Amino acid sequence: MNTEDFWKGLWRENPIFVQVLGMCPALAVSNTARNALAMGLATLFVLVASNAAVALLRNFVPKQVRIATYILVIATFVTIVDYTIQAISLELHRALGAFISLIVVNCLILGRAEAFASRNSIGRSVLDGAGMGLGFTLALLSLGAVREILGSGSLFGVALFHADFQPWVIMLLPSGGFFTLAAWLMLFGRWRAPDA
Amino acid sequence: MPEQGLGSIFLNACLINNFVLAYFLGLCPFLGVSNRLETATRMGAAVSFVMLVASVCAFGIERVLVAIDAPYLRLISFIVVIASTVQLVEMFIRKTSPTLFRSLGIFLPLITTNCAILGLALFQTNKGYSFSQSIAYALGAGAGFTLALVLMAGLREKLDLAPVPDPVRGTALALVLAGILSMAFMGFAGLGV
Amino acid sequence: MSAPALPPGASEGGWPMARAMVGVGLVCGLLIVFVYEATRPRIERARAEALRQAVFEVLPGANSSRSFEREQDGHYVPARDGASSAERVHAGFDAENRLVGLALEAAGMGYQDVIRLLYGYAVESETIIGVHVLESRETPGLGDRVESDAGFQANFARLDVSLTADGRVILHPIEVVKPGEKRHPWQIDGLTGATITSKAIGSILRESTLARLPAIRVRLADFVEEVAP
Repeated sequence: MNTEDFWKGLWRENPIFVQVLGMCPALAVSNTARNALAMGLATLFVLVASNAAVALLRNFVPKQVRIATYILVIATFVTIVDYTIQAISLELHRALGAFISLIVVNCLILGRAEAFASRNSIGRSVLDGAGMGLGFTLALLSLGAVREILGSGSLFGVALFHADFQPWVIMLLPSGGFFTLAAWLMLFGRWRAPDA
Repeated sequence: MPEQGLGSIFLNACLINNFVLAYFLGLCPFLGVSNRLETATRMGAAVSFVMLVASVCAFGIERVLVAIDAPYLRLISFIVVIASTVQLVEMFIRKTSPTLFRSLGIFLPLITTNCAILGLALFQTNKGYSFSQSIAYALGAGAGFTLALVLMAGLREKLDLAPVPDPVRGTALALVLAGILSMAFMGFAGLGV
Repeated sequence: MSAPALPPGASEGGWPMARAMVGVGLVCGLLIVFVYEATRPRIERARAEALRQAVFEVLPGANSSRSFEREQDGHYVPARDGASSAERVHAGFDAENRLVGLALEAAGMGYQDVIRLLYGYAVESETIIGVHVLESRETPGLGDRVESDAGFQANFARLDVSLTADGRVILHPIEVVKPGEKRHPWQIDGLTGATITSKAIGSILRESTLARLPAIRVRLADFVEEVAP
């Protein structure tokens, strides 16, 4: 078993910072660190489960209908996550809103199913899903943390600054999401530049 | 809930709560095909068209799901129906209008995984829109998507000629532009519709 | 990610395709139904509990509550269990089982999306004594301050919604004024930086009180009678 399947998703092929995939949920729910973490974990679960299911089915499903089957499998797991989150915390479900359902169309998940899980063993696919999911979660968390620290002066709801701190409300608004992601991408672009 | 006028729904979906700039829906095509003004216009037209079809389908499915009391099947039936609709539309256009197919054709498969379409279907259901309201919402969302895409493409064509430092090039720059556009669109909230 | 073109010569006939799709579809359907059934009791309990907490919040002094629904003839009867609807009225009672007030649900368009809220109507003083936002997607840090801002919430400590002498309409429908310009008990001070959301809340309350209070007012006995053992 090759641990590289796992590690590549965290750094070298990080879904958001390197592949720039699955940005709709990344920007939409990353206005607080808690929402970002919850969304990341939900995506992680769907990614691992759908990768496992797709790898399991890879010899059973004819080529012509594979995309349709993948979408079916992904939608099933997303529905499961949706109800599970509702059962755990209604408040969290309210905050994430319709974006849980939109995990279905997260290009990252269909992309991994097609590019990796459909031609590799279950073990490797699960590792790949876990790595990519974790990389996605970390990226989301770094977006959410920056936006929450600057936008509300807190992290995971704990106030960080003196009461005089004037929050940068723009960070919580949609444009703040674009700016934060742009800043991270520039940072990573600079970082990776030498070996690119 | 008080009835919302069709015009206000249209303006709301198009400008105030623009799908791309306020909900971040459909970012992949937004960043992917907003390099050239011409492709952007065509992509916008294709998405608007599919949105309209998907909105009508979603309205029908929701009625059926309510009738058989199976809300848990909503997501899975929406996505399956949208995917097959896109396929049918593609086949239909190929048969009837080769010219239109050549201009829209390559974008159609891409649209299946465009979150804006599924988002539209889910939002209109959440808001409990009637049939005509759904149509207005879909038209507004499509117009808003096209508008954002075309504005973006215009800006990026200009930027091709500007001297930009290396690490900023590409996606990062596009995102900064999107952020500024998004701020500009916030001003439409003052319309108060 | 695009759906790649089909590989050439991959046709295997309709049967394996149909078998795969139906098989996968069946398993997926069963899984969804299983999870739905497994989580439903928990979700419904959590929803009911959240609503109960909200009723106590908008009706200070109440420590028990009962829900009522409207019959065809306009009478209110105790609600049967089942899907809760926005038409319901939740009556709150104090320790001596006296009616403190009624909590009603109202909804309307906010800045981003629909806002659903619950407001408490004190029967004796004919005022709104509390507002709780049940659902909103207002901008965090701006619009959503209507839920947390103490100054704005203070508007709903005693908001006058008394009816005219003949009980047909509200004497002074609720108005939203500029921040700090509240002069009358039926006015709401707007919230700086959340102009649209605070106006939306005002108009949701105005529409709902205009439409529902006169009809409820003449049926007050329906809520009290139930108390007698």
